[in-house]
Amino acid sequence: MKGKFRSAKNRLFKGMVIVFSLVAITPIMLIVFDLFQKGIKQINFSFFTKIAPDTWDAMTALNHGKIIPGGILNGITGTFLMVSVASLIAIPLGLLIGIYLYENAEKRYAGVVRDISDILQGAPSIVLGLIAYFWIVKNITHGFSALAGSASLTIMMLPLIIRSTEETLKMIPISIKEAGLALGVPYHKIILRVLIPTGFSGLTTGILLALSRVLGETAPLMLTALGNPFVNFNIDKPTSAVPLLIWQFYNDPNMVNLIWSSSLFLVILVLTLNLIAKQIAAK
Amino acid sequence: MNSEKITKNILFIASLSLIMLATGMVLTLIQGSIPVFQKFGLNFIFSNKWNPTAGREQYGALPFIVGTIITSVLALVICLPLALSTSLFLGEYYKGKMIAKIIGTLVDLLAGIPSIVYGLWGFYFLRPLIVQLGFNAQGYGIFTSSVILAIMIIPYATSISTEIISLVPNDLKEAAYSLGATRLEVILNVTIPMARSGIVASYILAFGRALGETMAVTMLIGNSNVIPKGIFDMGNTMASVIANQFGEAEGLKLSALIAIGLLLFLITGIINGFGKFIIKKFA
Amino acid sequence: MDKPIIEIKNPILRIQNLSVSYEKDKYAIADVSVDIKKNLITAIMGPSGCGKSSLIRAMNRMHELYPQIETKGKIFLNEKDISKLSNIELRRKIGMVFQSPNPFPSMSIYDNVIAGYKLNGIRQKKAKRDDIVEKSLKDVALWTEVKDALYKKGNFLSGGQQQRLCIARALAFQPDVILLDEPASALDPVSTSKIENLLVKLKKEYTIVLVTHNMAQAARISDYSMFMYLGELVEYGKTKDLFTNPTDKRTEEYLTGKFG
Ligand SMILES: Nc1ncnc2c1ncn2[C@@H]1O[C@H](COP(=O)(O)OP(=O)(O)OP(=O)(O)O)[C@@H](O)[C@H]1O
Ligand SMILES: [Mg+2]
Repeated sequence: MKGKFRSAKNRLFKGMVIVFSLVAITPIMLIVFDLFQKGIKQINFSFFTKIAPDTWDAMTALNHGKIIPGGILNGITGTFLMVSVASLIAIPLGLLIGIYLYENAEKRYAGVVRDISDILQGAPSIVLGLIAYFWIVKNITHGFSALAGSASLTIMMLPLIIRSTEETLKMIPISIKEAGLALGVPYHKIILRVLIPTGFSGLTTGILLALSRVLGETAPLMLTALGNPFVNFNIDKPTSAVPLLIWQFYNDPNMVNLIWSSSLFLVILVLTLNLIAKQIAAK
Repeated sequence: MNSEKITKNILFIASLSLIMLATGMVLTLIQGSIPVFQKFGLNFIFSNKWNPTAGREQYGALPFIVGTIITSVLALVICLPLALSTSLFLGEYYKGKMIAKIIGTLVDLLAGIPSIVYGLWGFYFLRPLIVQLGFNAQGYGIFTSSVILAIMIIPYATSISTEIISLVPNDLKEAAYSLGATRLEVILNVTIPMARSGIVASYILAFGRALGETMAVTMLIGNSNVIPKGIFDMGNTMASVIANQFGEAEGLKLSALIAIGLLLFLITGIINGFGKFIIKKFA
Repeated sequence: MDKPIIEIKNPILRIQNLSVSYEKDKYAIADVSVDIKKNLITAIMGPSGCGKSSLIRAMNRMHELYPQIETKGKIFLNEKDISKLSNIELRRKIGMVFQSPNPFPSMSIYDNVIAGYKLNGIRQKKAKRDDIVEKSLKDVALWTEVKDALYKKGNFLSGGQQQRLCIARALAFQPDVILLDEPASALDPVSTSKIENLLVKLKKEYTIVLVTHNMAQAARISDYSMFMYLGELVEYGKTKDLFTNPTDKRTEEYLTGKFG
């Protein structure tokens, strides 16, 4: 009798675990399904080659039952610009700091640096937007700018790259490094020609994951890059980005149809990067 | 200077730049919040009056602090059974199986969906659902935001705990089985107690994530600047009030928003530091 | 020196009063003086932690990579103080092979052999490089096994092959001395005996210092042996003498398996 009860409880629990796990992954499937269903019809050639329409054009098209004209080119170029500039700083600096932590793992100072990196990693992105606003918008570009957007993204990327760099290098057996030193190879060459190539896939994974994290960031860009109806490659001018466009479309009743295609595009981009990164890491 | 010294110096300077960055961030936030603290003192934290009307300006952050804590705690409560089940599914019941790989990948992908897309999905899918269920009239509010937050933090809550659960040594579990324990009893008496600190730490880190989430919450919480009286009330969080009101902010109001940013930064810093401490201490 | 350490004429390596400490006032090896004879195999034996690695790592100044490690005493290579040589000069003359095989994972077999030149920016004509690679791989009896896969990464090689590749990497520099720190302890018996045969062959051209846990191995291939204990050089002499007629009680106990 007692044994029956125990085994029933046991099975009930397993059932609950399975059900809750399925519940946990339902949203991702619903979201992706929803985005495809609603967004795919807006994705065409001009989606990638034209800038976002103004609300008037969108309204006219809607009233005639047509697909909204235009695309998200200004968002794509803006995202590309800001993420590139952010990477230009965050990748080398993050690698250097990660290497520093690896080389000086035991030092107390390195512990402090590591803790600070962890704290920055947990910092809310909106706060990073505030910082970039004060540093760049107010003092350097004197107005909203791509540079300010990049600055906030840089601070987001840095701790992710630092951490993955240190973790990757820690996985390389110390004797690989010593083999280089035993050949009389100078320190910087060991880093550049032995450690980095050996950890290449791990480092790449870290960088790709950091990129996929910042690609979809909206809040800090609202405070820094602001948005721009046109394609802009000028680093000290306001700039759009795909997530900023989504926000703009969301707030404009005439543009709602564009939300889904832009979100679909963004999600595919981010998830692809994610999957590539994990694929590389798995090798 | 020989090349080894130069390399070491470059690495050190890179690490120093991170410390300077973090110090600069804190100083900037402090400097920006001075006006509002000068005017209202600690009342800024404990007052619930938020009135930006010129001439009668008054700023108290309590509604946002309370809103942030309630949404995040509620999110954690909702997330908990889902995340724990998922961790057990991945790290115990189906460890190493194909199905666990698939579910694990899907859970990871949750972390890749941009916040604004969660916001959209919450707005167009979840909100109508909540209206239908009759929880409240418009579907906005604390509860809606918490549900979305709960989904968003699942991957953070599961990552470390899954790993720790899967690391619980087999011989311990086998010892319990050999005494006739059921799987449930092994999980409750061996696995979870062994993995407790890892599980707790990952929920703390997930909680830290929830505190700082901006876009999704901004789109769903209703943005009312009063202390919510129940979980179906509308409210506002620290992050979302910054995102919402930053556009038109100047002078004292800007200072108030920055002060909120500072508080948010400190709170998330402390929470994350605490989580890391637990991991370090019990690892 | 109170120990009767045998006299070696024209030693290639002369070690004088060497001490190494990892922590302040704790010596991993203390005041060791020993000479090493050219074109022979010298084995270093002793129980775990007695300072074997510490001793040979002092010979190519590996210790200086870790600022907390302190070394005292002098080492002469062909009567030249090694502390006066540059890193690259010293390590071209004294090569090292580690306990577990550690070819550079990012490099092809070819690049691994030539790594010492490449990484130090020593330029060479392609034909010369090819020669070096071929000779080194032939020296370690790996040439026929890998000559069709030179530009592949070495990770498909067996542990023993990888270790021979690492020896080839050290030989490519044409060093005077090769230090090997338990090079076969991670290998199976067949690979081990291949490496042993190789070392015996190599001593015609090189001086070999071999750290080993394995007494039988030392007895099989070494000409001279030293026995270390707790950071001290207890006994040193011709391998045959040391094994048949140890003078120190600790050596005898070790050789008869009382400890270690
Ligand atoms: N990096 C280090 N930091 C601190 N102490 C060390 C370090 N390396 C070695 N030691 C200590 O120095 C002593 C000698 O170590 P060494 O590695 O030279 O011994 P060994 O004879 O090579 O031992 P084994 O046979 O185990 O390789 C030991 O007591 C060891 O604990
Ligand atoms: Mg050793």
